Amino acid sequence: MALSRSGSKLLKPISPFFSSAPSILTRSISSSNDSITVETSIPFTAHNCEPPSRSVTTSAAELLSFFRDMALMRRMEIAADSLYKAKLIRGFCHLYDGQEAVAVGMEAAITRKDCIITAYRDHCTFLSRGGTLIEVFAELMGRRAGMSNGKGGSMHFYRKQGGFYGGHGIVGAQVPLGCGLAFAQKYSKDENVTFAMYGDDGMGTAEWRAAKSPAYYKRGDYVPGLKVDGMDAFAVKQACKFAKEHALKNGPIILEMDTYRYHGHSMSDPGSTYRTRDEISGVRQERDPIERIRKLLLSHEISTEAELKDIEKAARKEVDNAIAKAKESEMPDPSELFTNVYVKGFGVEAYGADRKELRATLP
Amino acid sequence: MSAGQISVPIVFRGPNGAAAGVGAQHSQCYAAWFAACPGLKVLTPYSSEDARGLLKAAIRDPDPVVFLENELLYGESFPVSAEVLDSSFCLPIGKAKIEREGKDVTITAYSKMVGYALKAADILAKEGISAEVINLRSIRPLDRSTINASVRKTNRLVTVEESFPQHGVGAEICTSVVEESFGYLDAPVERIAGADVPMPYAANLERMAVPQVEDIVRAAKRTCHRSVPLAATA
Repeated sequence: MALSRSGSKLLKPISPFFSSAPSILTRSISSSNDSITVETSIPFTAHNCEPPSRSVTTSAAELLSFFRDMALMRRMEIAADSLYKAKLIRGFCHLYDGQEAVAVGMEAAITRKDCIITAYRDHCTFLSRGGTLIEVFAELMGRRAGMSNGKGGSMHFYRKQGGFYGGHGIVGAQVPLGCGLAFAQKYSKDENVTFAMYGDDGMGTAEWRAAKSPAYYKRGDYVPGLKVDGMDAFAVKQACKFAKEHALKNGPIILEMDTYRYHGHSMSDPGSTYRTRDEISGVRQERDPIERIRKLLLSHEISTEAELKDIEKAARKEVDNAIAKAKESEMPDPSELFTNVYVKGFGVEAYGADRKELRATLP
Repeated sequence: MSAGQISVPIVFRGPNGAAAGVGAQHSQCYAAWFAACPGLKVLTPYSSEDARGLLKAAIRDPDPVVFLENELLYGESFPVSAEVLDSSFCLPIGKAKIEREGKDVTITAYSKMVGYALKAADILAKEGISAEVINLRSIRPLDRSTINASVRKTNRLVTVEESFPQHGVGAEICTSVVEESFGYLDAPVERIAGADVPMPYAANLERMAVPQVEDIVRAAKRTCHRSVPLAATA
């Protein structure tokens, strides 16, 4: 049975589940690509441009793949939280749970030739650009199987073949890099765009003068903008589709994704000193992105409660398996200390802490 | 540039150098970068006494001061005398402190590496090598006279720093000693620094990228011409 979205590669083990339950197959709604129209939660607010319509066409297959992908991302981030507390992850860890709709919605609107660049809250974006769970967990634990061979850590995830350029620790630093990516696309005239993402904390750094007005989507009147409900994957998808078309014709546009993270800023921030627990649980009740898709799936009778619960269970299992595999991965070999410093080493020597003891020629 | 009409009496303070597992963009020690600039003063406290005395001095100083602390040292306690606790306690900028006196080899260090150097000195003492540990405290202006006086006494020098070796603090100290006390050196100057690579995240690689106490001990022994088994090159 065809699962149409590339994002659904994330949950390969699901297919055997469906084929072994004939009663579900007879309904066969989940493979349907017939279009369904959904309305976004709220209309778009636009600044200096015409907002796109609230009606988004989708399909049962896409709804299901959104649900699966977001469930996987949610489980992955929660598992990362436990791993950090178990001291298997060191240093920094910035979690994305609550914000899954942005990664999933954006991915649905663009291709892998379009580029995404973001800051350090990058685990889910990496996944949506084609990364695997094992690469994520192994990297977080500093093991060889990680996508940066264990040398990068939480803030340095990249996937060039998926158009994902990181993964940056310095707040706001990724924005000029994103501009560079966009210029490269403009010069090569290949009809692709770059999405440079940053949080509202990245506004007050040197590259962008501190926000002149908190209406971020107006961005001080320099570029047109759109304010989007970032907890609604379809709103995000529609907005990104609109933005890509706009950028290819008219130049940059800013999207203000009104999203919400359930965890604190990082693992050293409880996230309750500047907001109330009621606020957090309120958002969970009213605006959770996965719940929104669940309600749509149920109301359109694409799945039953039980099936969706099974998908979430499968996601949990897949995450647990990936963690187990990642734990088995070894630490990087000591010779990795000297790899990837230059593209070509030219026989240059580099040294360890004691230069008479440890020296190497850069590969 | 204003012929002295306008001065910049500001202090920039913050964490510097590697914490634990914070990766390539959050681990660099910038002491050498800042210390290359004429007009700046660069201070690197190690103990509580340093932190208190030097910060006060930095604030009172009429020039821009870069005050480089170490995140991991925030959690360490140090014994302090009543004099240090006094509200007017102040340390002079540009003077290093001899944390431990010795006669066989001089070890210079700053910030967290002072603690490592002291541990190394303990280990060396057991083997009959008496190390003098200098806490630089001030990277710019560098206390060349204290360093040179110490090397003239011990005739051997090991510089220790957390940052990258090339064009670093150790390189400057080595040059100063070669320029002013060349005849007193009985062995080449040894330099222990961070590995010459961007800081890796994996725990085992990170340990290799930052100086360890054993590295300092080994280097000190080499200056004393004690046989040290040479490891194979990587």
